[in-house]
Amino acid sequence: MATSILDRSAKPAPLPAAIAPNPGRRRMNRTLKYALLLLFVIVVLIPAYVLFITSFKGTADADPSRAWFLPTAWETGGWSKAWTTLAPALGRTFALVIPAAVISATLGSINGYVLSKWRFPGANVVFTLILFGMFIPYQAVMIPLTQLMSDIGVPQGIPSLMVLHIVYGLPICTLIFRNYYESVPGELIEAARMDGAGILRTYASVIFPISAPGFVVVLIWQFTSAWNDYLFAAFFSSGRNGPVTIALSFLAGGQLTDYAASMAGALIASVPTLIVYILLGKYFVGGLMSGSVKG
Amino acid sequence: MLLAPTIILVGVFVYWLIIENFRVSLTNQHTAKPSDDYVGFSNYTNLLADPNFQHSLWNLLILTVVFLAGTLVFGFLWAWMLDKPAKGEGFFRAVYLFPMSVSFIASGVVWRWLLSSLQTDQPGGERTTGLNRLLDSVGLGFMQNDWWSNPTWGIAAIAVPAIWQLSGYVMALFLAGFRGIPEELREAARIDGCSEWKLYRHVIFPQLNPVMLSAVIIIGHMSLKLFDLIRAIVPDANTYDVQVPATMMWVKYIGSDYADAAAIGMILLVLVALVVVPYLMYTSRAEKR
Repeated sequence: MATSILDRSAKPAPLPAAIAPNPGRRRMNRTLKYALLLLFVIVVLIPAYVLFITSFKGTADADPSRAWFLPTAWETGGWSKAWTTLAPALGRTFALVIPAAVISATLGSINGYVLSKWRFPGANVVFTLILFGMFIPYQAVMIPLTQLMSDIGVPQGIPSLMVLHIVYGLPICTLIFRNYYESVPGELIEAARMDGAGILRTYASVIFPISAPGFVVVLIWQFTSAWNDYLFAAFFSSGRNGPVTIALSFLAGGQLTDYAASMAGALIASVPTLIVYILLGKYFVGGLMSGSVKG
Repeated sequence: MLLAPTIILVGVFVYWLIIENFRVSLTNQHTAKPSDDYVGFSNYTNLLADPNFQHSLWNLLILTVVFLAGTLVFGFLWAWMLDKPAKGEGFFRAVYLFPMSVSFIASGVVWRWLLSSLQTDQPGGERTTGLNRLLDSVGLGFMQNDWWSNPTWGIAAIAVPAIWQLSGYVMALFLAGFRGIPEELREAARIDGCSEWKLYRHVIFPQLNPVMLSAVIIIGHMSLKLFDLIRAIVPDANTYDVQVPATMMWVKYIGSDYADAAAIGMILLVLVALVVVPYLMYTSRAEKR
């Protein structure tokens, strides 16, 4: 769907020379444009630079006048401290995020299929009501939610968070899959129906096999948002049983911060989502685009 | 019916809990001890009369305005520069978008350092780090700043990392918008003798309106809910300078003041609904057409 929107290939030929502005000015404009683009690259990368250099600093570089310079001695003390603190939480986060993403994607796929291909009276209302769940501030349900979770006996920590990420991930998963299936020709489903396949058989034999791109987008989206979540984690877990965002906030929090360790920790905590972004950036953008609702 | 699990889950976890939350917000459960005494809307009136809460609403307004303005300006500018065929477009796009993949908690670690308020010309100024140190060393010392340690405008400093993180997203939205405009439209306008400015004013901008609307809704509702970033940058959740309803709700929750926390949640919900509901209705109607 949206994955191809940003492709440059569909671009028609440039203007005929007659109407184009004169070449000298154009070259200057282009130089200016690249200068600006590069300037913004530097600005955007400043925090990354600071994270990187500070994470390798030891006491030798404690002097604030050296704050923006490369370390004189590359120390790895911060990294090993961060790793020992975060490692258990990292494991827990993987154990949380992967099943949560898979389950909500599967449910979302079925929902999207039903909502786009088996239109029933009121389908649009149901869809809009589901979608609204994506926008609510979770603060508006948090107090009774803590009560509900303890009433139904889901233990704090990873089990609670898994339930929450699945449930509150359903709206966006449904949205992305619905928009994706809108582009699947209705004849495919008609044909299966003619052959006597029911709603589930059609899903299994026709829809599911062509859903891979949709799944990639949804899985990435769910993986990233569950990995980066802090709000639910703050309410439903502690440093002992929480995901990596909680562990990192404990490592970095407080008045006296060990900046080398906390910046190394921030980098460690960001590695999985960064890898996903770098390897699968195209699909990542696809998920982003579908967040803008219009199908 | 296949939709049943989702309808039940969303029904319970969204709609029923909202009702339940509303019920709690009408009680006087201000301590850990459960209480079902209804006090009407007095929690709301007390909150709205509380200068602390009024301040958090003011902060929320500033945050949202600055956050929106910043992401729209940078997002549009980047998309506009990258729309015309440019070498290395993929590289620039990837760099501008990468902050989006990092959590607010992780980026908060570095922004907390960058936005530290000590300045070189203050007592103890030799310990200055962060952006203030950088500004001073490149000769822009006069631009040094208290950042978030300011009761009136401090919250605007929190918008800086938020803008850093989400401008790339708005850029991606605008790029998709630009590419949805048929090239013939531009050429026709140019052949009719449209100046570049007029081309934008009368052809391009109107075509980008829906994208702009999406961006405003998405960034706007993120801003209303913003919580992680403030927690990561400012260690104490009770800090007056950067207090917003979302952080105040957390403070009330920690203090077991469940009724007030629920009431703040409802106020946030109303604010978000004011923005999102008309938009959802508009898009669902547009789809039917």
